[in-house]
Amino acid sequence: MTEISYDFPQEAPRTNRLRRILRDYGHELLVALAILVLLLVVGAINPRFVSARNMTSVFSGNAYIAVAAIGMTMVIVTRQIDLSVGALIGVLATISGTIAVSGAPIWVAWAAPVVCGALINAVTGVLVAYAGIPSIVVSLGMMAILQGGLISVTGGAWISDLPPEFLLAKMTVLGFPMPLVWALVLTIAAAAWMKLAPFGRSLYLVGGNAEAARAVGIPVRRRIVQVFMIHGAFAGLATLLFATQLQVIQSTTPPNLELLIITASVIGGVSILGGTGTVIGSSLAAVLFAAIGSALIFVNVSAYWLRAFIGVLILLTVLADVIRRHREVAKGA
Amino acid sequence: MLKRHSHEVVLAGLTALAIVVLSLQSEQFLTLANLLNQGRLMTEVALVALVMTFVIASGGIDLSVGSIMGLSAILLGTFWQKMGIPLPLAMVLTLGVGTLCGLFNGFIIVRFGMPPLIATLGTLALYRGLAEGISQARSVRGWPEWFQQLGQGAWAGLPVQVWILLAALLISGAILGYTRWGRTVYAIGASETAARFAGLSVGRTKMTIYAVSGLASSLAGMIFVARVSTTRSDMGTGLELDVITAVVLGGTSIFGGKGTIVGTALGLILVQVLENGLLLAGVKGDGTIVLIGMVLIGTLLVSAFTENRARA
Repeated sequence: MTEISYDFPQEAPRTNRLRRILRDYGHELLVALAILVLLLVVGAINPRFVSARNMTSVFSGNAYIAVAAIGMTMVIVTRQIDLSVGALIGVLATISGTIAVSGAPIWVAWAAPVVCGALINAVTGVLVAYAGIPSIVVSLGMMAILQGGLISVTGGAWISDLPPEFLLAKMTVLGFPMPLVWALVLTIAAAAWMKLAPFGRSLYLVGGNAEAARAVGIPVRRRIVQVFMIHGAFAGLATLLFATQLQVIQSTTPPNLELLIITASVIGGVSILGGTGTVIGSSLAAVLFAAIGSALIFVNVSAYWLRAFIGVLILLTVLADVIRRHREVAKGA
Repeated sequence: MLKRHSHEVVLAGLTALAIVVLSLQSEQFLTLANLLNQGRLMTEVALVALVMTFVIASGGIDLSVGSIMGLSAILLGTFWQKMGIPLPLAMVLTLGVGTLCGLFNGFIIVRFGMPPLIATLGTLALYRGLAEGISQARSVRGWPEWFQQLGQGAWAGLPVQVWILLAALLISGAILGYTRWGRTVYAIGASETAARFAGLSVGRTKMTIYAVSGLASSLAGMIFVARVSTTRSDMGTGLELDVITAVVLGGTSIFGGKGTIVGTALGLILVQVLENGLLLAGVKGDGTIVLIGMVLIGTLLVSAFTENRARA
């Protein structure tokens, strides 16, 4: 826990650039390689797997997980966790859908989940940062409140008759499906922000060594509230992609959605001990297990085994992380 | 006494208050038949929560309990009906596999130093995936009468599984509160490094705790099957969150080193009383979940403030 992965700007000789990329993005490259191998192998067995149609539907259907995992990655980098994000997405979907069918301008229906997500998560952030209750417990309580509250208010009713201009997930930009474009743009923007902006970089220090962060003048508590709010806003963006896929919005979310999102962050290389990991990794991981889920069908393995595969994948990823850390400690790095 | 157990006292008061208020709301609430039935319903969560108290007090967490429960249910059905193993033997085998699942959790946590949250998140997916893969969404029915007694029968006036729960309660309370091994658990939770320097067998103790956690989840899975007379691979989904809620509500610190079986028992009773009492009083189940979430955060908020004041 004493090691801090905080990249200080330094002049590196050109010859070392490749090595540096390998060191800094080794994990991300590994996940990318896994995706490539999967596409090649399964594509060779069943070419329909890599057809443009299948690829588009698989990746745009799961883009919301990548978007939600961006915020989750930031939360985990600061050494917190949020179990309530699945329930939050359910609540935000209903808020957004209710506004959309009420006849209000569509931009209000789109903006509402992002704003509400940030506000709801501000409560979590304040309880964690200022009341000192561990985030795993606060978010467990929030999950119960959001989940129960949603069903109590809606009575389990679905929202139907959504206006077609609300259905963001069905729109395209220059022929590309909107969810793909969003996931790509948001990932790149968030990655650049966490790598280059002082605010974004400070998250790594808050998670890696809160004492040191405080010593250099970073307001640690405020940062934690802010990170939870940003995470809430990303959950709102994810909601827009998730809830507009179909013509109806249900008042339930896929069970264990929060664990799926956390899993994307973890497989993407975020250490639960804080201080390391990138959103590029988490987005690639979301792509990876969307691909695995679809691949199982194309090679005729029962989809019921999907979860077992993901479990093994998590364990292998964490094992690799643990071994790498041991080696770094041994090297005295 | 009051100071040391302030959390338990607050919780007991809260539970008593809930019982009084709720019994005024509904005549059916404070009847023997209803209370016994509630005991029957809470056994599965309670068995797992008792062991989870050890897990969390030692500074760990086990998210895979619900999945082990589901896997055990499926395995019991598979061993018995698909493989033709006599049911008593199948039960022993299932408990064995459940223990092995827990032991595997302990192994990767201790041997590879994986954070328990992530290690058991991985095995949560793995064990649930195995349950789904093995069952292929088929269920096993037609359990013999004697087996169903485990979940539906009564013995000397109490539901059978409540006897098991009472035994587990006494044993776990005695071990955590009054034995050297129990104090080792607290020591590990307070500071693993210090415990190691004190010569305590940290690794072996943690492995044992996770193995017993697997065993308890497996037993809970069998009782569940006996109660509902069927198996499904999604049995126990979300169990981990109910269990952790009860344990944390009971005053066990999520950072380890603190927590009692009495607290956990009170946490379990409070949750069950609220769920059942509010339902009888006409509140929908979902409103109750909201209240439980608020009680959880509220109790910890009060605890955090009183602790801060005690320290100041």
